[in-house]
Amino acid sequence: MSIVNAVRAEVAKLVTTRLWWILLIVLFVYVAFVAGILGGVFGAIADQGTAEGAPPPVAPGDLHLIVYSSATAIGYVFPLLLGALATTSEFRHLTLTPTFLANPHRGQVLSAKAIALAVVGALYGAVALLGSIGGGGLVLAITGQELHLVDSETWVLVGRVLIAMALWAVIGVGLGALIPNQVAVLVIVLAFTQFLEPILRSLSFVADWTAQVGQFLPGAAGDALVGWSPFTAFAGTGAGIPTLEWWQGGLVLLAIALVASVIGYLTTWKRDVT
Amino acid sequence: MSTATTIDVAHLTKNFGAVSAVSDLTFSVQPGRVTGFLGPNGAGKTTTLRMLLGLVAPSSGSATFGGIGYRELSRPLATVGTALEASSFHPGRTAANHLAIYARAAAIDPARVERVLRQVGLAEVGKRRVGGFSLGMRQRLGLAFALLGDPPVLVLDEPINGLDPEGIRWIRVFLRELAEEGRTVLVSSHLLSEVQQSVDHAIIIAKGRLVYDGTLDGLETGARVEVDAPDRAALAAALTAAGVVVEQGEHGLTAAAPPGHELSAAQVGGIAQRAGVALSLLSGEKGGLEAAFLRITGTDSPPDTSEANADGGRS
Repeated sequence: MSIVNAVRAEVAKLVTTRLWWILLIVLFVYVAFVAGILGGVFGAIADQGTAEGAPPPVAPGDLHLIVYSSATAIGYVFPLLLGALATTSEFRHLTLTPTFLANPHRGQVLSAKAIALAVVGALYGAVALLGSIGGGGLVLAITGQELHLVDSETWVLVGRVLIAMALWAVIGVGLGALIPNQVAVLVIVLAFTQFLEPILRSLSFVADWTAQVGQFLPGAAGDALVGWSPFTAFAGTGAGIPTLEWWQGGLVLLAIALVASVIGYLTTWKRDVT
Repeated sequence: MSTATTIDVAHLTKNFGAVSAVSDLTFSVQPGRVTGFLGPNGAGKTTTLRMLLGLVAPSSGSATFGGIGYRELSRPLATVGTALEASSFHPGRTAANHLAIYARAAAIDPARVERVLRQVGLAEVGKRRVGGFSLGMRQRLGLAFALLGDPPVLVLDEPINGLDPEGIRWIRVFLRELAEEGRTVLVSSHLLSEVQQSVDHAIIIAKGRLVYDGTLDGLETGARVEVDAPDRAALAAALTAAGVVVEQGEHGLTAAAPPGHELSAAQVGGIAQRAGVALSLLSGEKGGLEAAFLRITGTDSPPDTSEANADGGRS
């Protein structure tokens, strides 16, 4: 019943069903594909920009970083979904019963799940980076751009992507505890991350004060943590849009994870299992 | 398996809002025998068991294993083995992996997984996903989970439900063996007939309250006798004078022993003879145990009879 055993059990739960590798394969293919397209588009814009003499919308030195950052910018929904489904499946398949019989310390179980998902989330980050650096880098190389694979900035990005993806998975755990209905959490996660948040972020650029608020949106905070994102690149980083410091972005994600988990623990996790 | 452990339930109470599911339940379950935990559907059996196991928080009262509450046990799965009615499996996970996960969480030797799968007859299907299992196989897997920690106490909720006749025979023998090994075995059922061959001791609840705690033989004594005479009034007077409780029955009078006493058809006949009353009907309780069970749980009143019968036919 130690926390180590609890974490190992939670990791075992993840890897003994098919969901984790199905999501992982889709993540890889999706990120590699989008990073490839971004590499092509940014590469072409960069060429054109210099050809016409106008300043390019993306600083040429950041091109590779923006392409590589698509690992989180579009991939973060995958660890988020994995975390949410890992928690809600316990409710859906009534496996909370054997789980709490084996370890009646419910707070420890939820913590162990968060830690396990952080580990697997980081793994998702590594695979997403393989996709973005592989797919994006391939196109950058073809279009004659620099890859900067051994740059310190690239390695900073790699480290932050791993942290961000781990945090997104932990947010998923909290969200699942907060909204134990699997279908509901699925719809909410997809609707918010793919639709609502991008719109809100775009709208937040209208006024200064909304932009100040907008930088705290989860996706914006995640992009801030990573430091580069195609989203902010397209919106025009130079236009003075406020962005959190990378560590502030990380703290915002951590705070969301903690708040969701604690409220979820108090409202659903601690309840009678009938 | 470690030392013998008793289950002690004291004043256990659970209210869901204004509804009282379990009221002031007190009983203890001894090692070395199979104890039946009986009552009609909705009597509060499952709620009681889930309170026992720390899954449902009691409104008041306590339930302990050798004096320790479930949530305070240092090694819960190695102390209490549990199979609850709801089949709690991820359909996409194999049977062996299902068990391995909880063995890992509870720090139980992973080699136990193979062992308990063999014990319940699922060794061949351990690598198959649980989603394709029949109800009987799921019941066996639930039992394998209960045995995982080789616990001195077993709490099994309706373990016979869904088993085929061969499976029912198997589990009866199995429960016996577990009790003979000195374990404390508590088996719930809503059908007395299901467990009467394997149970040594019965705890019966109805509407959340304890109505009987004793041997099955003890349950049968106090049975009733149907009796009638052309001179019904004289018969009633004679029986009442002899201390027998008399009620108007369906086919005449129903004679019941006063609390704590036995009453047989022969005794009723004797009383009538001594009083000089000629009888037109004398019939011992036909249902025996089952009828006594239905009576004690209050499910033998006319509106409920059909329901009880329907339940009986379903097994």
